[in-house]
Amino acid sequence: MTATTQTHSLVIEREMPHPQEKIWRALTEGSLIEAWLMKNDFQPQVGHRFQFRAAPVPNWNGIIDSEVLLVEPKSRLSYSWGSLGLETVVTWTLTPTEGGTHVRMEQTGFPSQEGPNYKGAKYGWRSFIGKLEHVVAEAN
Amino acid sequence: MQAMTDHVFKALSDPTRRSIFEGLTRDGEQTVHALTRRAGISQPAVSKHLTVLKRAKLVRHRHEGRETHYSAQPQALAPLADWMSQYGVFWRERFDQLEKLLERMDK
Repeated sequence: MTATTQTHSLVIEREMPHPQEKIWRALTEGSLIEAWLMKNDFQPQVGHRFQFRAAPVPNWNGIIDSEVLLVEPKSRLSYSWGSLGLETVVTWTLTPTEGGTHVRMEQTGFPSQEGPNYKGAKYGWRSFIGKLEHVVAEAN
Repeated sequence: MQAMTDHVFKALSDPTRRSIFEGLTRDGEQTVHALTRRAGISQPAVSKHLTVLKRAKLVRHRHEGRETHYSAQPQALAPLADWMSQYGVFWRERFDQLEKLLERMDK
Protein backbone atom coordinates (compact mmCIF):
# COMPACT_ATOMS: atom_id res chain seq x y z
CA MET A 1 0.00 0.00 0.00
CA THR A 2 1.24 3.57 0.30
CA ALA A 3 4.24 4.65 2.28
CA THR A 4 2.01 6.35 4.82
CA THR A 5 0.26 3.13 5.70
CA GLN A 6 1.57 1.51 8.82
CA THR A 7 2.11 -2.20 8.66
CA HIS A 8 2.08 -5.23 10.87
CA SER A 9 4.63 -7.98 11.27
CA LEU A 10 4.53 -11.66 11.86
CA VAL A 11 7.36 -12.94 14.05
CA ILE A 12 8.27 -16.56 14.63
CA GLU A 13 11.20 -17.45 16.84
CA ARG A 14 12.65 -20.74 17.89
CA GLU A 15 15.83 -21.93 19.53
CA MET A 16 17.44 -24.75 17.60
CA PRO A 17 20.16 -27.06 18.95
CA HIS A 18 22.37 -26.56 15.92
CA PRO A 19 25.34 -24.32 15.16
CA GLN A 20 24.74 -21.00 13.46
CA GLU A 21 26.85 -21.90 10.40
CA LYS A 22 24.75 -24.93 9.70
CA ILE A 23 21.46 -23.07 9.94
CA TRP A 24 22.87 -20.35 7.71
CA ARG A 25 23.61 -23.01 5.08
CA ALA A 26 20.04 -24.30 5.33
CA LEU A 27 18.78 -20.76 4.76
CA THR A 28 21.08 -19.89 1.86
CA GLU A 29 21.89 -23.00 -0.21
CA GLY A 30 19.29 -23.59 -2.90
CA SER A 31 19.02 -27.36 -2.56
CA LEU A 32 18.80 -27.13 1.23
CA ILE A 33 16.20 -24.35 1.05
CA GLU A 34 14.14 -26.58 -1.20
CA ALA A 35 14.26 -29.35 1.41
CA TRP A 36 12.36 -27.30 3.99
CA LEU A 37 10.79 -24.34 2.20
CA MET A 38 10.28 -24.39 -1.56
CA LYS A 39 11.96 -24.84 -4.92
CA ASN A 40 13.96 -21.73 -5.67
CA ASP A 41 16.76 -20.11 -7.61
CA PHE A 42 18.10 -18.22 -4.62
CA GLN A 43 21.63 -16.82 -4.56
CA PRO A 44 23.02 -15.09 -1.47
CA GLN A 45 23.72 -11.83 -3.30
CA VAL A 46 22.03 -8.54 -2.59
CA GLY A 47 19.94 -7.49 -5.58
CA HIS A 48 19.53 -11.04 -6.89
CA ARG A 49 15.96 -11.57 -8.12
CA PHE A 50 14.58 -15.04 -7.75
CA GLN A 51 11.43 -17.06 -7.27
CA PHE A 52 10.15 -19.54 -4.78
CA ARG A 53 7.91 -22.07 -6.46
CA ALA A 54 5.35 -24.22 -4.75
CA ALA A 55 2.86 -26.56 -6.36
CA PRO A 56 0.12 -24.42 -7.89
CA VAL A 57 -3.23 -24.56 -6.13
CA PRO A 58 -6.59 -23.18 -7.28
CA ASN A 59 -6.35 -19.40 -7.51
CA TRP A 60 -2.63 -19.33 -6.81
CA ASN A 61 0.13 -20.08 -9.31
CA GLY A 62 2.46 -21.10 -6.48
CA ILE A 63 5.03 -18.44 -7.35
CA ILE A 64 6.60 -16.01 -4.93
CA ASP A 65 8.68 -13.25 -6.51
CA SER A 66 11.62 -12.24 -4.42
CA GLU A 67 14.72 -10.11 -4.34
CA VAL A 68 17.61 -10.47 -1.92
CA LEU A 69 17.73 -7.31 0.21
CA LEU A 70 20.37 -8.08 2.83
CA VAL A 71 23.05 -10.69 3.39
CA GLU A 72 25.13 -10.61 6.57
CA PRO A 73 26.83 -13.99 6.54
CA LYS A 74 25.75 -16.30 9.35
CA SER A 75 23.58 -13.70 11.03
CA ARG A 76 21.08 -11.85 8.87
CA LEU A 77 19.26 -12.51 5.63
CA SER A 78 16.40 -10.57 4.13
CA TYR A 79 14.37 -10.94 0.95
CA SER A 80 11.17 -9.52 -0.45
CA TRP A 81 8.21 -11.87 -0.73
CA GLY A 82 5.74 -10.89 -3.44
CA SER A 83 2.66 -12.97 -3.89
CA LEU A 84 -0.95 -12.36 -4.85
CA GLY A 85 -0.29 -8.68 -5.42
CA LEU A 86 1.03 -7.96 -1.95
CA GLU A 87 4.68 -7.55 -1.16
CA THR A 88 6.07 -8.33 2.25
CA VAL A 89 9.67 -8.70 3.46
CA VAL A 90 11.05 -11.77 5.19
CA THR A 91 14.06 -11.27 7.46
CA TRP A 92 15.99 -14.03 9.20
CA THR A 93 18.17 -13.32 12.20
CA LEU A 94 20.45 -15.96 13.69
CA THR A 95 21.94 -15.41 17.15
CA PRO A 96 24.24 -17.95 18.81
CA THR A 97 23.11 -19.21 22.20
CA GLU A 98 24.65 -21.62 24.72
CA GLY A 99 22.80 -24.61 23.36
CA GLY A 100 22.69 -23.70 19.70
CA THR A 101 21.11 -20.86 17.78
CA HIS A 102 18.16 -18.58 18.20
CA VAL A 103 16.30 -18.39 14.88
CA ARG A 104 14.01 -15.43 14.28
CA MET A 105 11.85 -14.93 11.21
CA GLU A 106 10.05 -11.66 10.78
CA GLN A 107 7.67 -11.05 7.91
CA THR A 108 6.87 -7.35 7.65
CA GLY A 109 4.59 -5.26 5.48
CA PHE A 110 1.19 -6.73 6.16
CA PRO A 111 -1.24 -3.92 5.53
CA SER A 112 -2.72 -2.24 8.53
CA GLN A 113 -3.94 1.17 9.39
CA GLU A 114 -3.34 2.98 12.62
CA GLY A 115 -1.79 6.16 11.33
CA PRO A 116 -3.26 9.64 11.43
CA ASN A 117 -4.61 9.14 7.92
CA TYR A 118 -7.13 6.70 9.22
CA LYS A 119 -8.68 8.62 12.09
CA GLY A 120 -12.07 7.87 10.62
CA ALA A 121 -11.53 4.19 11.12
CA LYS A 122 -14.66 2.31 11.74
CA TYR A 123 -15.47 -0.95 13.39
CA GLY A 124 -14.18 -3.04 10.51
CA TRP A 125 -10.71 -1.59 10.58
CA ARG A 126 -10.41 -2.05 14.31
CA SER A 127 -11.50 -5.62 14.10
CA PHE A 128 -8.98 -6.15 11.31
CA ILE A 129 -6.14 -4.74 13.39
CA GLY A 130 -7.32 -6.70 16.41
CA LYS A 131 -7.05 -9.90 14.43
CA LEU A 132 -3.58 -9.05 13.22
CA GLU A 133 -2.36 -8.27 16.70
CA HIS A 134 -3.81 -11.53 17.90
CA VAL A 135 -1.84 -13.38 15.26
CA VAL A 136 1.36 -11.59 16.15
CA ALA A 137 0.88 -12.29 19.83
CA GLU A 138 0.35 -15.95 19.07
CA ALA A 139 3.44 -16.03 16.92
CA ASN A 140 5.50 -14.61 19.76
CA MET B 1 -15.24 -17.43 1.47
CA GLN B 2 -12.39 -18.45 -0.82
CA ALA B 3 -14.05 -16.64 -3.72
CA MET B 4 -14.39 -13.53 -1.58
CA THR B 5 -10.71 -13.69 -0.65
CA ASP B 6 -9.81 -13.90 -4.33
CA HIS B 7 -11.92 -10.86 -5.10
CA VAL B 8 -10.23 -8.88 -2.33
CA PHE B 9 -6.74 -9.84 -3.46
CA LYS B 10 -7.55 -9.13 -7.07
CA ALA B 11 -9.10 -5.79 -6.19
CA LEU B 12 -6.08 -4.70 -4.16
CA SER B 13 -3.46 -6.01 -6.56
CA ASP B 14 -3.90 -2.93 -8.74
CA PRO B 15 -2.23 0.32 -7.61
CA THR B 16 -4.99 2.54 -9.01
CA ARG B 17 -7.66 0.57 -7.17
CA ARG B 18 -5.60 0.60 -3.98
CA SER B 19 -5.29 4.34 -4.29
CA ILE B 20 -9.05 4.76 -4.86
CA PHE B 21 -9.80 2.52 -1.88
CA GLU B 22 -7.32 4.33 0.35
CA GLY B 23 -8.72 7.68 -0.70
CA LEU B 24 -12.22 6.58 0.26
CA THR B 25 -10.97 5.18 3.55
CA ARG B 26 -9.10 8.36 4.36
CA ASP B 27 -11.52 11.00 3.18
CA GLY B 28 -14.89 9.30 3.37
CA GLU B 29 -17.62 9.11 0.79
CA GLN B 30 -17.02 10.60 -2.65
CA THR B 31 -18.80 10.90 -5.96
CA VAL B 32 -17.57 9.19 -9.10
CA HIS B 33 -16.79 12.64 -10.48
CA ALA B 34 -14.58 13.51 -7.54
CA LEU B 35 -12.85 10.14 -7.73
CA THR B 36 -12.25 10.63 -11.45
CA ARG B 37 -10.67 14.04 -10.89
CA ARG B 38 -8.31 12.59 -8.31
CA ALA B 39 -7.42 9.44 -10.18
CA GLY B 40 -6.42 11.32 -13.33
CA ILE B 41 -7.92 8.66 -15.60
CA SER B 42 -11.16 8.52 -17.57
CA GLN B 43 -14.48 8.10 -15.84
CA PRO B 44 -15.20 4.77 -17.56
CA ALA B 45 -11.83 3.51 -16.27
CA VAL B 46 -12.67 4.66 -12.75
CA SER B 47 -16.07 2.99 -13.02
CA LYS B 48 -14.42 -0.27 -14.04
CA HIS B 49 -12.14 -0.11 -11.02
CA LEU B 50 -15.10 0.65 -8.78
CA THR B 51 -16.91 -2.39 -10.13
CA VAL B 52 -13.97 -4.59 -9.15
CA LEU B 53 -13.84 -3.00 -5.69
CA LYS B 54 -17.58 -3.46 -5.35
CA ARG B 55 -17.37 -7.14 -6.23
CA ALA B 56 -14.84 -7.53 -3.41
CA LYS B 57 -17.28 -5.64 -1.15
CA LEU B 58 -14.51 -3.11 -0.45
CA VAL B 59 -16.80 -0.24 -1.47
CA ARG B 60 -20.50 0.34 -1.66
CA HIS B 61 -22.48 2.96 -3.50
CA ARG B 62 -25.67 4.92 -3.25
CA HIS B 63 -27.45 7.14 -5.73
CA GLU B 64 -28.35 10.69 -4.90
CA GLY B 65 -29.85 12.70 -7.70
CA ARG B 66 -27.64 12.21 -10.72
CA GLU B 67 -24.57 11.41 -8.70
CA THR B 68 -23.34 8.05 -7.47
CA HIS B 69 -21.55 8.22 -4.14
CA TYR B 70 -19.00 5.62 -3.12
CA SER B 71 -17.76 4.79 0.35
CA ALA B 72 -15.15 2.35 1.67
CA GLN B 73 -16.14 -0.84 3.45
CA PRO B 74 -12.91 -1.67 5.25
CA GLN B 75 -14.37 -4.67 7.04
CA ALA B 76 -14.06 -6.42 3.69
CA LEU B 77 -10.33 -6.53 4.42
CA ALA B 78 -10.88 -9.31 6.94
CA PRO B 79 -9.67 -11.93 4.45
CA LEU B 80 -6.26 -10.23 4.59
CA ALA B 81 -6.12 -10.86 8.30
CA ASP B 82 -7.00 -14.48 7.64
CA TRP B 83 -4.23 -14.54 5.07
CA MET B 84 -1.75 -13.34 7.67
CA SER B 85 -2.88 -15.96 10.13
CA GLN B 86 -2.41 -18.55 7.39
CA TYR B 87 1.17 -17.32 7.07
CA GLY B 88 1.58 -17.95 10.80
CA VAL B 89 0.63 -21.57 10.25
CA PHE B 90 2.77 -21.73 7.11
CA TRP B 91 5.96 -20.55 8.81
CA ARG B 92 5.53 -22.73 11.88
CA GLU B 93 5.27 -25.76 9.60
CA ARG B 94 8.35 -24.60 7.71
CA PHE B 95 10.26 -24.19 10.97
CA ASP B 96 9.42 -27.83 11.74
CA GLN B 97 10.69 -28.86 8.31
CA LEU B 98 13.84 -26.81 8.82
CA GLU B 99 14.57 -28.58 12.10
CA LYS B 100 14.05 -31.96 10.46
CA LEU B 101 16.46 -30.98 7.71
CA LEU B 102 19.05 -29.82 10.26
CA GLU B 103 18.85 -33.22 11.96
CA ARG B 104 19.34 -34.97 8.62
CA MET B 105 22.37 -32.78 7.87
CA ASP B 106 24.09 -34.29 10.92
CA LYS B 107 24.10 -37.73 9.40
